[in-house]
Amino acid sequence: MSAAPGYNFAYLDENTKRMIRRALLKAVAIPGHQVPFGSREMPLPYGWGTGGIQVTASVIGPDDTLKVIDQGADDTTNAVSIRRFFARVAGVATTERTAEATIIQTRHRIPETPLREGQILVYQVPMPEPLFRLEPRVAETRRMHALADYGLMQVKLYEDIARHGHIAISYNYPVMVNGRYLMAPSPIPAFDNPKMHRMPALQLFGAGREKRLYAVPPYTEVRSLDFEDHPFRPPRAEAACALCGSRESYLDEVVTDDRGGRMFLCSDTDWCRQRREAAG
Amino acid sequence: MSAAPLLEAEGLSLRFGAIPALDRVSLAVWPGEVVAIVGESGSGKTTLLRVLSGLARPQAGRVLYRDPAGEAREVHGMGEAALRRLHRSDWGFVHQNPRDGLRMGVSAGGNVGERLMAAGARHYGAIRAQAAAWLRRVEIDPARMDDPPAKFSGGMQQRLQIARTLVTHPRLVFMDEPTGGLDVSVQARLLDLIRALVADLGLAVLLVTHDIAAARLLAHRLLVMRHGRVVEEGLTDRVLDDPQHPYTQLLVSSVLAA
Repeated sequence: MSAAPGYNFAYLDENTKRMIRRALLKAVAIPGHQVPFGSREMPLPYGWGTGGIQVTASVIGPDDTLKVIDQGADDTTNAVSIRRFFARVAGVATTERTAEATIIQTRHRIPETPLREGQILVYQVPMPEPLFRLEPRVAETRRMHALADYGLMQVKLYEDIARHGHIAISYNYPVMVNGRYLMAPSPIPAFDNPKMHRMPALQLFGAGREKRLYAVPPYTEVRSLDFEDHPFRPPRAEAACALCGSRESYLDEVVTDDRGGRMFLCSDTDWCRQRREAAG
Repeated sequence: MSAAPLLEAEGLSLRFGAIPALDRVSLAVWPGEVVAIVGESGSGKTTLLRVLSGLARPQAGRVLYRDPAGEAREVHGMGEAALRRLHRSDWGFVHQNPRDGLRMGVSAGGNVGERLMAAGARHYGAIRAQAAAWLRRVEIDPARMDDPPAKFSGGMQQRLQIARTLVTHPRLVFMDEPTGGLDVSVQARLLDLIRALVADLGLAVLLVTHDIAAARLLAHRLLVMRHGRVVEEGLTDRVLDDPQHPYTQLLVSSVLAA
């Protein structure tokens, strides 16, 4: 497949890509630290993955194979249109299989298939600042990061336990990266947090509207915040996938009628398909 | 009292335009000692407290703090990270308005626990037990531990602020008019509480107040400020019973007897 004429390779101009790559290098060098970058207007609305798409455009090459998922699925609108976008402006191969991809852009999930060295996982991030609901002043949150002053985040977890009896954060669960920076893992379910820990693949995060990039290099420690007597427990629906029968994967709840009917399905469509194919 | 002062200031000066807020102020606070700074509004008391605690920078002079290892360190030369660490471990600051010192959206228990968690405590049960013990100590019913301070009365909020400040056992506490804005019976109970806690914990306190009665009740030593200058200092009873400076005489004689 070749790229459509009239566009630079991967849509962004070379100077922009160089600027983003510089920011990415800095982000990789300081795991979990938010690096500002000059986010561009992209041909899709804010909140649809403008940050992720700029990161992908900056790291993709002609030999790459791209996979795009939205809530774990390869066939949702956002995933289909971003995949088609890069097929058109970069002429790269695309795939729905996690193992075949070299770059995976994702919204809200980490694939169930373990990632390997050489792969890059690009997250779309709506709000990069993990402290933003707790401290309204941006300048103050920066200072808190600089001084590693994260008592406030722990206070929020304390309040959750005092009020609900457990830590009531089910997605975007805050993590400490490399024992230094507090980081928002983007709105992935807390179920996926353990997958970030010492992942062999490179993880890049792009927030287009907030103009921030951050990264977790391969094999970096990523620890979910918790208390000694209330340890972090990844939540999962108590059910098996209706299609492949998995009891390990993250499940979506699907309402099937208006009489209380419901079923649970794997949110990772590629993984579910693989399991069904393997079972015959 | 040991031989070396905990906090020592020399020749502090700070002008806001033409107004001298501090004019060559020197003072020392020894461990376990309560020092009160009195004076009328605008005499530079609060500015002095802000400069001593590192929140504001003087134009001249220096402030030395002796850390637990016995080493004297310059407060304005130690850098923001070290200063913050000091503020949440060795030092405490009690604000006049409890809203400035508390997180109003966080429960009372969370407010007390914040300093513990900032200092690295990560055991929920232990943090909660310590918060409950401190609430009891400042006469707040631990059953109200999960209420936000917005639902507390002014006196309770002030007591909560004190619990929150003292939970990490600081060595030096700055208090800016801790009884301001409270009615007299509540003031009396709060003063009683502060006096008991100070004696129990062996705290050094630097107290700013315009309330001469509060100063007499709490302070060992007294500094009288006027126009940014310390006009008289000495043992509390000596200064109040035998004022030498005309301004101190005026100040003492203007207190209403009930």
